[in-house]
Amino acid sequence: MNVLELSALVGLISVAAGFLGALTGLGGGVVITPAMVLLLGIDLHYAMGAALVSVIATSSGAAAAYVREGFSNIRIGMFLEIATTLGAVCGALAASRISPGVLGVIFGGVLLHAAYVSLRGHPELPPGREDDRLATGLRLNGSYPTPQGPESYKVIHVKTGFGLMFVAGALSGLLGIGSGALKVLAMDRAMRIPFKVSTTTSNFMIGVTAAASAGVYLSRGFIDPGLSMPVMLGVLSGSLLGARMLPGAPTVILRRVFAAVVFTLAVEMIYNGVAGRL
Amino acid sequence: MRNVNRTPLSDQQFDEIIGGLLRYGVTLAAGVVLAGGIWYLMQHGTAAPAYHIFRAEPEYLRHLRGIVSGIPGFHARRVIQLGLLLLIATPVARVAFSVWAFFQLRDRTYVAITLFVLVVLLFSLFSGRV
Repeated sequence: MNVLELSALVGLISVAAGFLGALTGLGGGVVITPAMVLLLGIDLHYAMGAALVSVIATSSGAAAAYVREGFSNIRIGMFLEIATTLGAVCGALAASRISPGVLGVIFGGVLLHAAYVSLRGHPELPPGREDDRLATGLRLNGSYPTPQGPESYKVIHVKTGFGLMFVAGALSGLLGIGSGALKVLAMDRAMRIPFKVSTTTSNFMIGVTAAASAGVYLSRGFIDPGLSMPVMLGVLSGSLLGARMLPGAPTVILRRVFAAVVFTLAVEMIYNGVAGRL
Repeated sequence: MRNVNRTPLSDQQFDEIIGGLLRYGVTLAAGVVLAGGIWYLMQHGTAAPAYHIFRAEPEYLRHLRGIVSGIPGFHARRVIQLGLLLLIATPVARVAFSVWAFFQLRDRTYVAITLFVLVVLLFSLFSGRV
């Protein structure tokens, strides 16, 4: 296989990942790395570098579309980015010291969680009612537009959310992923921020978190231009296509397909990591 | 975005600037990557790829000065890398813009928070020297 053929193949996988990621709302970044490693035998570090770059592209592209709708809360995003960017730099610095086998097993664990989230869906939790002193001091409480007019919300468990965000950032830097699922978990489950606000604010944060890891990846030599090029262009066009086809797409079936793909990749990653084949 | 309504900028202007910044940043980066990519495939399309074993990228592809110095000669791999740098710079520019917006609001807490995030980002970008 020569460079042209490999680029075409990587590009096709990336279009598919970006497309499915946009349709299921789970982001395609998390499946590209294992697909490149397991199907094409690409080294884990190069695959992580290329996937991380594509995460920035989709996050910025999607955020440009969401920003007008008024769902995202810039104060929550900025405050939590202290945790995610610090975590990301630590994770990225650790990534070059941890053996590929161990990284593979951690990656498999994150994939298992992603598969679980995509199947479980989102039972709505009761919103926070009591006042959290940190949330009031930092003016994190806000409101978002609904068909019945603006709906206000209170943010609780700020410290727990902040801690979870550090973990999300560290995993993002360690594995070259957006870790959107974990960010939403911290905001939606712990801090009780309404789901729509959590997802759009998470999207806003993913690009900034990934940029914090990207500098370290670049200087460690993880980002190869020849490999990142088809991944970035593929994921970007796939996700734009997916976003356009989203209205009317059979999301329930798609989420099941996505969960099955992710579950298979998770098992393979863990198996190969334990067997020392990464 | 709803919270930023005491600025000289209206909410809508703020959103439009951020939206435009992100859109143009990504489009520009994708254009540069595409141009460098086509050139790269024309030059090296028939070569054998070597991604199976990790050998960190050469020094000139790892920091700003090395990447920029290859632009006059239209060195394909450095042109792609420049496009990727532009992409990485897009969220950084967004944070920098937020520092300015909170400064306009005289919101000291959030000027400090956004500045801190900006410093972490710049530290990461320049951790491998300029």
